[in-house]
Amino acid sequence: MDKSGAAYWKATLGLVAKILVVWFLVSFGAGILFADWLNNIHLGGYPLGFWFAQQGSMYIFVALIFVYAKKMGEIDRKFDVHE
Amino acid sequence: MDLQTTIYLVVGATFALYIGIAIWSRAGTTSEFYVAGGGVGPRLNGMATAADWMSAASFISMAGLISNMGYGGGLFLMGWTGGYVLLATLLAPYLRKFGKFTVPQFIGDRYYSKSAATVAVLCLLVASLTYIIGQMTGVGVAFSRFLGVSKDVGVYVGMGVVFTYAVFGGMKGITYTQVAQYIVLIFAYTIPAIFISMQLTGNPIPQLGLGSSLSGQDVPLLAKLDQVVTELGFGRYTTTTAGSTLNMFVYTFSLMIGTAGLPHVIMRFFTVPTVAAARSSAGWALVFIAILYTTAPAVAAMAKTNLIRTITPGVVLQNADVYGAESAIKYDERPDWMKRWEKTGLLKFEDKNGDGRIQYYNDKVKDEAVKAKIDAAGWKGNELTVNADIIVLANPEIALLPDWVIALVAAGGLAAALSTAAGLLLAISSAISHDLVKNVFKPDISEKGELMAGKIAMACSIIVAGYLGLNPPGFAAGTVALAFGIAASSLFPAIMMGIFSKKMNKEGAMAGMLAGLFITLFYVFAHKGIFFIKGTEYLDTIGGANSFFGITPEAFGGVGAMINFFVAFVVDKFTKEPPEHIQHLVEHVRTPRGSKAVDGAHA
Repeated sequence: MDKSGAAYWKATLGLVAKILVVWFLVSFGAGILFADWLNNIHLGGYPLGFWFAQQGSMYIFVALIFVYAKKMGEIDRKFDVHE
Repeated sequence: MDLQTTIYLVVGATFALYIGIAIWSRAGTTSEFYVAGGGVGPRLNGMATAADWMSAASFISMAGLISNMGYGGGLFLMGWTGGYVLLATLLAPYLRKFGKFTVPQFIGDRYYSKSAATVAVLCLLVASLTYIIGQMTGVGVAFSRFLGVSKDVGVYVGMGVVFTYAVFGGMKGITYTQVAQYIVLIFAYTIPAIFISMQLTGNPIPQLGLGSSLSGQDVPLLAKLDQVVTELGFGRYTTTTAGSTLNMFVYTFSLMIGTAGLPHVIMRFFTVPTVAAARSSAGWALVFIAILYTTAPAVAAMAKTNLIRTITPGVVLQNADVYGAESAIKYDERPDWMKRWEKTGLLKFEDKNGDGRIQYYNDKVKDEAVKAKIDAAGWKGNELTVNADIIVLANPEIALLPDWVIALVAAGGLAAALSTAAGLLLAISSAISHDLVKNVFKPDISEKGELMAGKIAMACSIIVAGYLGLNPPGFAAGTVALAFGIAASSLFPAIMMGIFSKKMNKEGAMAGMLAGLFITLFYVFAHKGIFFIKGTEYLDTIGGANSFFGITPEAFGGVGAMINFFVAFVVDKFTKEPPEHIQHLVEHVRTPRGSKAVDGAHA
């Protein structure tokens, strides 16, 4: 892989890592590991940990994919590898 | 018009719609059969993918399981949606760039070996077949209610219909039919939820209703539900986890990577027009899936509430005493929907204390205070068994909604079950006829012979799945979860390493896939019987149920995947590097430029 190819791959991995950190935090973090603790806070009639497990994580997943698709498009153009 | 006639009419009308669209759109675009969604925008394609993906497990079974499990049921919600994030970021764009049609083709080319492709076919077959068993369970439930017969007869009828549907086949690949199926399915799911949310909380949006207060009261629905189910000896709804926090963690993980590793899901992204489209269509698919998935927890909690309201009227909305002698309804005065479901054998009543009333509670409760109250009330054990798989289908009946809503739900359930079962059968038949028979065993087979091999494979798998569906290893969603575990432990790691590691070689990948697959099957079969045949469990060998840190067999795929990665890594270190041209291939796959239309076309 030439220099710009390596840089492109590095930028891609950096973005994927950021996306997956958020992915992990909202589901495994807020929805499971810290759910009990978050349940002390309420969002309307929802205990917050329960909300993350059964509602919130899904909304954030959807947003994550669109953010990823948009940012990847920018990276593609920056390194001139877009279709 | 009576309910049954309405159901026949609505189900008949939706089927006529699918077939009509199939015929209409087939005339114009034959190529669409092969490149599903090639000509439609990402939104429509996302809808079609969502219909393809949401099966009997999502539609019929999932909310029922959440209803029983409470908070812990969130693992299905997070697992089956979170997988799309992995799919979009780790697999879909690269597999699209690679430009082949099936997962075994990718594995075979990337790992420069027909044996690797064969191992991938094996993994695909085990996962898809297990998946179909879950579908047949769901199909059986749907048909039993639809025709008013026992669940076993429902499974037999379902086998016949699924087979016809899959062989008739082509319509599966036509995007517009799937769009129609999605629309029927999503209306069928959300309309009753909107009605019920209105009834209970006054808020028409179920996602908000679940977080609202009960109508005419100042208590949040979830808080009230927590209180009532605890009094009945069940676990607190909003905090009861699935086994243990560790188990819930691994289970969710297993479903997520299983979603990203299931061949029939991945295949959808092979055929989008560009790499960029592969990324965004995953997003659109998830939007349409999330509409159902965020409604499901509301359906679950509200169905539980309504079930309790039916059996002990006044408990939820008027603060009546759960244990009161007059609280529970008399069996003779039970509502019609109970009588209808009793015919299927999926809802049963047994008057254990002979008072003629229905007691519905958890008779295995540990809490001494609750136990004392139950004894004082003269209850002699739980008298009502409700199969979790009927909750969604019965939900509109429980809430006494109009007949057309009940009929719509029946149509939605059948659409979900049939479309996914047919899709899986096509995946199986193409894996056997194309990836196995043609590419490995008999390269000179005629096109006719290939087609015949596919049909035989389809017939065999439906018989096996139907037989095992009569005595399923669990509820529809639970069985499907096993399939995800198998895909997670075998295929996902091999595909991912194929993209993200240039140095992973064929020996490592094959050893990893086989290790992941067999260790997972070993653990699953110990609990569920060898090849899911009842009576062949060998729990003693592994030291009792859930003996591996309390992890349930449905969740074990996550562990299997870790073993897969580890074994692959170790074997890779001690064997030869992949050849130069494979390393270039991986580099080529990583950049979008130069993506071309897929080749090696077959359905």
